[in-house]
Amino acid sequence: MSAAGAIQVDDLRVERSADSTPIVHGVSFTLGAGEVLGIVGESGSGKSTLGLALLGFTKPGARVAGGSVRIGGRDIMSLPGDELRALRRTRLSYVPQDPGMSLNPALTVGRQLREVLPPGEGLQRIYDVLGEVGLPATDALLARKPGELSGGQQQRVGIAMAVIPRPELIVLDEPTTGLDVTTQLMVLDLVADLTREYGMTAVYISHDLGVIARVSDTVAVLKDGVIVEHGPATGVLRAPGEPYTRSLMDAVPSLHGESRTRRRPPEDATVLSVNGLAAGYGNTTVLRDVSLDVRRGECVAIVGESGSGKSTLSRTIIGLHGRDAGRVRLDGVDLAASVTRRSVAERRAMQYVFQNPYASLQPRRTVGESIELPLRQLGIATGAAARERVRAAVERVHLDPELLSRFPADLSGGQRQRVAIARSLVCDPRVLVCDEVTSALDVTVQAAVLDLLQELLAGGLSILFVTHNMAVVNEISHRVVVLRGGVIVEEGATDAVLRSPQHEYTRTLMSNTLDVDGQVGVR
Amino acid sequence: MSTTAITPPGVARRGSRRGAPARRLLWRLGGGLVVLFAVSVVVFAVTQALPGDLPRLILGTDADEVQIEALRLQLGLDRPPLEQYLSWLGGVLTGDLGTSLGSGRPVAEVLGFRILNSFTLITISMLIAVPLSMVLGVLTAARRDSLGDRALLGFSMVTNALPDFVLGTLLIVLLGTTVLPLFPPVSLFPPGDLPWWYPAQLVLPVMTLTIMAVTYLYRLVRSSVIDVLDSEYIQMARLKGLAGPVVLFRHALPNAVIPAIQASSIVFAVSLGGLVVIENLFAFPGVGSALSSAIATHDIPVLQACVLLIAATFFVCNTIADLLSARFGWGNR
Amino acid sequence: MSAPRAGRGRSVTWTWQLIVGVTAITMTCLLAFVGPFLAPHSTSEILGRPFGPPEPGALLGFDVLGRDVVSRLLSGGLSLVTMATIAASLGTIVGAFIGLVAASASPRVDAVIMRCLDLVLAFPTIVLALLFVAILGAHPALIVGIVALGHTPSVARIVRGAAGSIVSRDYVAWARSIGMRWSTIMTREVIPNIMSPLMVEFGLRLMWSVGSIAALSFLGYGIQPPAADWGLMVSENKSALSQQPLSVVAPILAIAVFTIGANLIAEGLARHVARTEGRSR
Repeated sequence: MSAAGAIQVDDLRVERSADSTPIVHGVSFTLGAGEVLGIVGESGSGKSTLGLALLGFTKPGARVAGGSVRIGGRDIMSLPGDELRALRRTRLSYVPQDPGMSLNPALTVGRQLREVLPPGEGLQRIYDVLGEVGLPATDALLARKPGELSGGQQQRVGIAMAVIPRPELIVLDEPTTGLDVTTQLMVLDLVADLTREYGMTAVYISHDLGVIARVSDTVAVLKDGVIVEHGPATGVLRAPGEPYTRSLMDAVPSLHGESRTRRRPPEDATVLSVNGLAAGYGNTTVLRDVSLDVRRGECVAIVGESGSGKSTLSRTIIGLHGRDAGRVRLDGVDLAASVTRRSVAERRAMQYVFQNPYASLQPRRTVGESIELPLRQLGIATGAAARERVRAAVERVHLDPELLSRFPADLSGGQRQRVAIARSLVCDPRVLVCDEVTSALDVTVQAAVLDLLQELLAGGLSILFVTHNMAVVNEISHRVVVLRGGVIVEEGATDAVLRSPQHEYTRTLMSNTLDVDGQVGVR
Repeated sequence: MSTTAITPPGVARRGSRRGAPARRLLWRLGGGLVVLFAVSVVVFAVTQALPGDLPRLILGTDADEVQIEALRLQLGLDRPPLEQYLSWLGGVLTGDLGTSLGSGRPVAEVLGFRILNSFTLITISMLIAVPLSMVLGVLTAARRDSLGDRALLGFSMVTNALPDFVLGTLLIVLLGTTVLPLFPPVSLFPPGDLPWWYPAQLVLPVMTLTIMAVTYLYRLVRSSVIDVLDSEYIQMARLKGLAGPVVLFRHALPNAVIPAIQASSIVFAVSLGGLVVIENLFAFPGVGSALSSAIATHDIPVLQACVLLIAATFFVCNTIADLLSARFGWGNR
Repeated sequence: MSAPRAGRGRSVTWTWQLIVGVTAITMTCLLAFVGPFLAPHSTSEILGRPFGPPEPGALLGFDVLGRDVVSRLLSGGLSLVTMATIAASLGTIVGAFIGLVAASASPRVDAVIMRCLDLVLAFPTIVLALLFVAILGAHPALIVGIVALGHTPSVARIVRGAAGSIVSRDYVAWARSIGMRWSTIMTREVIPNIMSPLMVEFGLRLMWSVGSIAALSFLGYGIQPPAADWGLMVSENKSALSQQPLSVVAPILAIAVFTIGANLIAEGLARHVARTEGRSR
């Protein structure tokens, strides 16, 4: 293993087999042994394809168009099949995004781990690595099938599988996306420890700048298949040279910075009032005695991890989920538990925006029809008057009116989310209930949507914003409610709560949120 | 994505894990038994309890009243329907299927060897069809879109559409009488003789059943293998540097085989339906041809027994397929 | 997160399956519906000796009783095609209705419906039809009814599954949140999205209806002699396959073309559905 330039990538190009559109467009860089390179990019940047190409692999439908990847001096692109396979067994490793899908459900964990054992080594090696990744080094574990493990455990198995052969290069493609914050932190630290201990060269791919900041020595920013900036992590992230990198950094929600929302204090009048709300599924109680108030022009954030009940809370408030106890009052008037029993005016006044922009729009309806639908359904307007309202709403969300005649399939995630917001705005609501509406979006798109929401707040709209991300809470909300296990553990003005969290859980949430500024230099 | 309250209560709670899997299995089996009983009720009701004069139907229009009355008493049709059903059901469960009106011998005796014959026919064709489908399915999936794959797909699309007697007749024309007279077009052999003593007579009916089964089953195996080969864990296996055959046989096959096994039980069941027509086409002495001659002669007990037998076996096969899919569904990726 | 890409009313991509299938069906329907008017001779008149060879006035020879095969072929499709089409349509519509009801009902009602369907599903269609025909006689309406009944469980299952998955989507939840009634949701959101798999099912049902009804006639329990019917022709003329195969091969080919056509149409539609609506995960 040569010391300098352990991995050398030269003008690597990957294109789509069908029409030769480039996915990776001439990427070059050099990695020293033991270096951790963080590749950051938004969706569609080609980062996953690049990661696979570093191992000489392309997904069906793509092919390598040129360039070389030299590992230890040898260009893996020019290796014959069985030599490449041998290299993959011994010196290259991959940790994929979704561990659940990458482990064979029909084979035991032990079988799959044994496949990567270096020649001459036996079970002891497996036990050792299991210990390192924090899994019990027992035969019982090896006899389990992947379906019997939790998500976090599956990911640990994935990492173990990558580390057992003592590879020279390990490529990790967003291995922590989808894991909750605590597990994510554990995995990141584990990866950092292991790369240090084994002297592995690592390439860590992610869209999350906080994660990249924590784990990388050097950072490469990928946009549309091209590296726009590359350098030491501190340099790129603290003082980005390129405008794209700067726009990415600007878009990242900051945990400690000032947010524009707080400069516009809300009015005094309470619009939405929730008292002693309880709800559950069958025999399990999910929400217990939850109370909160939302004033006019105010954004209240409901923050919690998965399983905290925050989605159930928002659905109960809007009336899509049954209520076991408690009251929900809009402008002083009690709302019925089920949305079907509420009056038209009440339904107009409170609107819901869903998390997944790909699932919340009817695929067979044009954008314009989707936005117009509530007007017809709630008897607000028809015909020309309706179309006028639709146009106004579309303007308010800064969406190109040309898109009105298109189908959702033709729109990006961010555009669809704007459509979802527009069809809520068209009813002139008082309260908007947003359920993790930016969690599925790229960071720049998320920033744009948050800006839009802030505009709406300034216009007098009240927002109930459900999220798991404390940094977003800081960006958008006036007040925050921390939910855990169906109970409110802390609440108050966002400023106050974030600056000096009272409850231990809130403190954990905050420390687990990877803020870029806070993470750079941790490694 | 939490969905309960807004969906109609029917659809949402599908995954509620109430009770151990064993309890759910018992629940399913219990439900299956209920359906089997319902099947027997239907068979009985249609044949004995429907309005209309059964003895007259059996004996024909020029029978005199004395004969009709005698037959009515013999069949026990003067008793209340519920009593008739229970005694009939009791007989069925103890093996006494009544007496054939045509031959006067016990139905069990009349049908005994025919059951063996039909069973032999189906078993031979399944023994050929299932392994053949697996092999074809794996090979065509591994060589997706090749000329062979597309030719075979086209052929199966055409053959699968044909009703069984059409396929059988074509085979008779091609291999039995006209084009290449190799095999006998009828499969009649003396009752009581074992079917495998007459291999030549079995070829065409077995071939018909097998072709019908293979063209359906191999496509299922093929798409199951394709799904598996496209999965993330197979990609991971390749990234681990495992060789082609290892990926195919150790990683892909175990996952692909389960839906194939499930489909096999369905194919078995479907062959049962085809059996009736095919046995008639080839004059094969089995349960299917017994059924149609029983209809012709209004031999009610034989008719009841045949229908009950076929329906029960059909239902059991389908239930096994359901249970297999529930037990082994890794979840479709 | 994959997005379903169906626009509305996107034109169908004309694959070879669809082209051949539609052609085959059209040809068979023409044969079935127009044929009787083109028959050169009567279907019951005895014009030659039994199983006589083809001659200038009778291009396909004579059948078991000496009747002209060509005329019987031309007249033999009408009842089969009509009955099969009605049975398939009836089965698909009733099955779809039951499936929608099952998808919208409470778990109890849904379970009861499924059990009843299981009962029907316990009988192979031929056996079910034979059971009823044995006692009640071979009436065309009865045959159509039983065959349609045989289709309902499978169609209902498919519709129930498809409707169930749609009903759990976010856009249905949103429609609910603005107060849309279930009946409107069914017609506006659910039904348009199940039309494609339903059409595929219809193609398959048509194929099987023809198979079942022709088989019934072949067994002698469908269309009764002396009527001309393709299935009946096969059983009538089977005994002389070695000397006069045309009297059997002709109706066989007619049935085959129809069923193959229906299958190809179903195949072509299924491919189109898979392509435009993406794989549901």
